[in-house]
This record gives sequence, structure tokens and C-alpha cells, in this order.
Amino acid sequence: MPSSEIVANAMLESKLRARQINMTFKSGSESISVLENIDLDVATGEFLCLVGPSGCGKSTLLSIMAGFLSPTSGTVTIDQEKITGPDPRRIFVFQERGVFPWLTVEGNVGFGLFKLPKAEQDRRVAHYIKLVGLEGFENAYPPELSGGMKQRLEVARALAVNPDMLFLDEPFGALDSITRLIMRGELLRIWDAERKTIIFVTHDIDEAVQLADRVVVLSDRPAKVQSVVNIDIAHPRDISSARYLELRDGILAQIGLAHRV
Amino acid sequence: MNSLAQPARWERVFWPILACALFIALWHFSVVWTATKVFPSPRDVEKGIAGLLQKSVLWGYIGDSLRRVAVGFGAAVLVGIPLGLTLGWYRVADRVVNPVLQLLRPISPIAWIPIAIILFGIGDAAATFLIFLGAFFPIVVAATNAVSNVPSMYRRAGRNFGLTPAGILLKVVFPAALPQMIVGLRIALGIAWLVVVAAEMIAVDSGLGYLVIDSRNSGKHYDLVVAAMLLIGLIGLGLDILFRRLEQMKAVRWGFRHVN
Repeated sequence: MPSSEIVANAMLESKLRARQINMTFKSGSESISVLENIDLDVATGEFLCLVGPSGCGKSTLLSIMAGFLSPTSGTVTIDQEKITGPDPRRIFVFQERGVFPWLTVEGNVGFGLFKLPKAEQDRRVAHYIKLVGLEGFENAYPPELSGGMKQRLEVARALAVNPDMLFLDEPFGALDSITRLIMRGELLRIWDAERKTIIFVTHDIDEAVQLADRVVVLSDRPAKVQSVVNIDIAHPRDISSARYLELRDGILAQIGLAHRV
Repeated sequence: MNSLAQPARWERVFWPILACALFIALWHFSVVWTATKVFPSPRDVEKGIAGLLQKSVLWGYIGDSLRRVAVGFGAAVLVGIPLGLTLGWYRVADRVVNPVLQLLRPISPIAWIPIAIILFGIGDAAATFLIFLGAFFPIVVAATNAVSNVPSMYRRAGRNFGLTPAGILLKVVFPAALPQMIVGLRIALGIAWLVVVAAEMIAVDSGLGYLVIDSRNSGKHYDLVVAAMLLIGLIGLGLDILFRRLEQMKAVRWGFRHVN
């Protein structure tokens, strides 16, 4: 699906709609404004990346959209429904530290399936372990896995409950650069298979341009939406093509501007 | 020797045995050189142990001591773990209860002996109560800390997957806190074993603590006193080794893994 079409869909029918999000943290007598008048629309099945200078409030915005934090003002609606808390239909994926070390790979993947009949649980566990390539490690405990495997395990745990959205907070931030490249390919493959709506926070511009349909660039604190960049390159993306470099350098320049004194 | 190298198998056996042998030799020659008439030599103690083993009373004493520890420690676990989970979960409750706990905690169970005797009379119940007190406070404190140290990320994941608060407590917080709670239980069991010996010197007429005080009172049998002390040490060590086995269980081993 060409990206222009996705953008057009976003206009017609948004999966997620954030309106005038403001967030202020109080520390003592001081109050720090973190997010200022954020408006965001995300289409069904879209892969959206949030980038911005470190500490600008990307993760705060993600936590608000996932329902873990309430904004100081503004609303987030998903499928026309105002969100008031976290929900199994929308799973938040941390860095790989979010897997439960006391459960096996199978136990972790099956964690959210407690309401389903046993046979269905087993079917889904097997399916998602296979999807993320962890066959043979069903009975391994997370400390026995590498960082990349733990990250895939956490993605499998999220996908197993069949959510319609995934929120990923710098999921590959703790991985080495080779594993990170492999994981990007894996995530795109899984996204292609499952077509979840994904909101992905990263501070890595290359990562955003490689993965996303659209990249939302946030400004330095208090974060505002500085620009929204359509990545109009088909997958698999040639990361030395002129268009790729143009888009990437454009975003880099914007972040650079945000840093200029 | 490279300190990072794993000790060879023979070394792991050899050094402890050498240390024990040196200790016994030092003990033996101290007795010989000081020509003491009171303190028994290792040989005397060995005869004492052999004598005790022939009389079936020793096994009864060991059984009595272990039973008191099992009951007192077990009761402390049954009360202390749920209380600790609650206090760790509800910070407000912790703020109310914590000052009282902190005030009672430094009081040695030995200081409770008069109260225990008033409440339970002289007998098993008083001794068990003292063991309970000794084990209870470290268990509550460990469980409370363990729960409040659970990374918020795990609770968030539990909420995200739609667990009820009770579900989060049982399926996320409890297993996440378990390794630290086991450390607390191990410390508490060590204290319980210390307390049972003290309690048996006062409140009852059986058990290893009673054996120590009775051997002294009935004719200054210091060989039996030291024999009983060594048995107390060995059984305490055995309990600790058994408890360490728990730390090897797969569901908690992650919490004990040192960084390489």
C-alpha cells in the first residue's frame, strides 16, 4: 500500500486520535511542562515513529496514549472511545527488561491468555514462539536468552493476546547494533504478517526512516509536533538510495535546529 | 593463583578439610599445653558423642528441637509473608505499622522469656512462641522490602494484560519478590535455630539446648556440653544447606544470579 493512501486513510478514519495533549509535571514548587498541545492521528495498520531529542517527552506521550498516565489536559481516543487506562487490546512493549524472569519462554508468551481455553492458549503460544523464531527455547528462562531473544519474547507475549495496537518504547535501545538491524527486519516481517497499528518511540533517526510510514518529529521540551514526515519508500528500503538519505537528512536537520542556541 | 579461576574439585574438598583438621589440632594442643582439668579435648568430646548416640535420648532431643523450630518458624512464615506482602503493597499501611515493627524488632527474643512464661507457662508453647518472635520480624521486613523493590515495569505489564489487582499480586508481585523473600526466610531460619537453643535452656526439659544446660548442671559434663554445641552447629549448617537448595529452583534462580 503506497504511503499517500495511508495518509488519506488517516484523514478519513483514525485508529488513534490525540487532541491538545498537555502534560505538566510538578516537582516541589516548580512545574515543568513536558508536552504542549500535541495533536496526532494514527491510521489503522499504520507504523508511526516518534522521534525527538532525548528527554523531550516521547516516552511520556507514549505512556499517555497507552493509558498509563493521564495528561494534564487533552484527550486520547482510540476507535472513538476515550481511553482511561491500559487495556489488553493495546500492549506496551518495554525494552527487553519487561519479560518475566520467573516464567519460561512459554510461560511468558502465554501470560496474557488466562481467559482463553487451554487448547487455544497452547495453539497461540506455539504460533507466536514460531513467529518470533524462538522454537527450541520453549522451556528456557529469560536469563538464559540473549538480549535480542528477550526482545523477541516480549514482542511475542504482546502479539499473543491479539492486540490491535502496539506501543514500543525504544525497544531496541539496549541491543548491539548488529542485533538491532536484524530486529528491525524481524519487526517489519511480523508487522507485515499481523498488520497491527504500531507507535514506535526511538531516538535513532535511521531506525525511524527505515521502519515507519510516517515519522513525527517532536521539538525539545516542552515537546510540540515539529513536523510529520511521510516516508514514501516501499519496503524493503534501500538505505543508500537518494530518497532515503534526503528524508533522513531532512529530519536530522530539523532535530539539529531544535538544538541550535 | 588466579582469583577468577574456578577452584579445582580437589581444592573445594581439600581446603575445608585442612581447616577443620587444623582447628581440631589447635584445640587438642591447647587442652594438652594448658593442662586444663575442665575443658574437654576433642577425644573426650568424641567419646561423649558416642555415648550420647548409644542412648536413644539424643535422637529424641534433636527431634524435639527441630519440631519446635518447624512449628515456630512455620507460624512466622504463615503470618509474616502475607503481612509483608500487604505492607509492601499498601504503602499507607506500611507507614502506620512500620514504626511499631521497628520498635519491636531490635528486642531480642531472650528478653521476651518472662512474658512468654506468663502467657504460655513453662513448656513447649513458650519455647515455640520465642522462636516465632525471632523469625517473624526478619520475614516481615524482607517481604515488605521485596514487594516494594519489584520493578514498576512488571506491575505495568500485569495491568496491561488485564489482570485484576489480586491477579497482579499473585502472578506478578509475588513471583517477582520471591527471591528476596527467600533470602529473608533463610536469615529467619538461622535466627530460629539460635533461639530454640536459648529457649530450651529455660522453658523445657528436652532438646539440644536442654542437653547443654543439663550436662553442665548434672555433674559438669563439659564433654557433653561441647558435644551438644557441635551438634547444634552441624544441624544449623545442615538446615542452611537445605535452604540454599531452594535458591536453585528455576523460578527463583534469576534473582540470585550474580553478574558473571
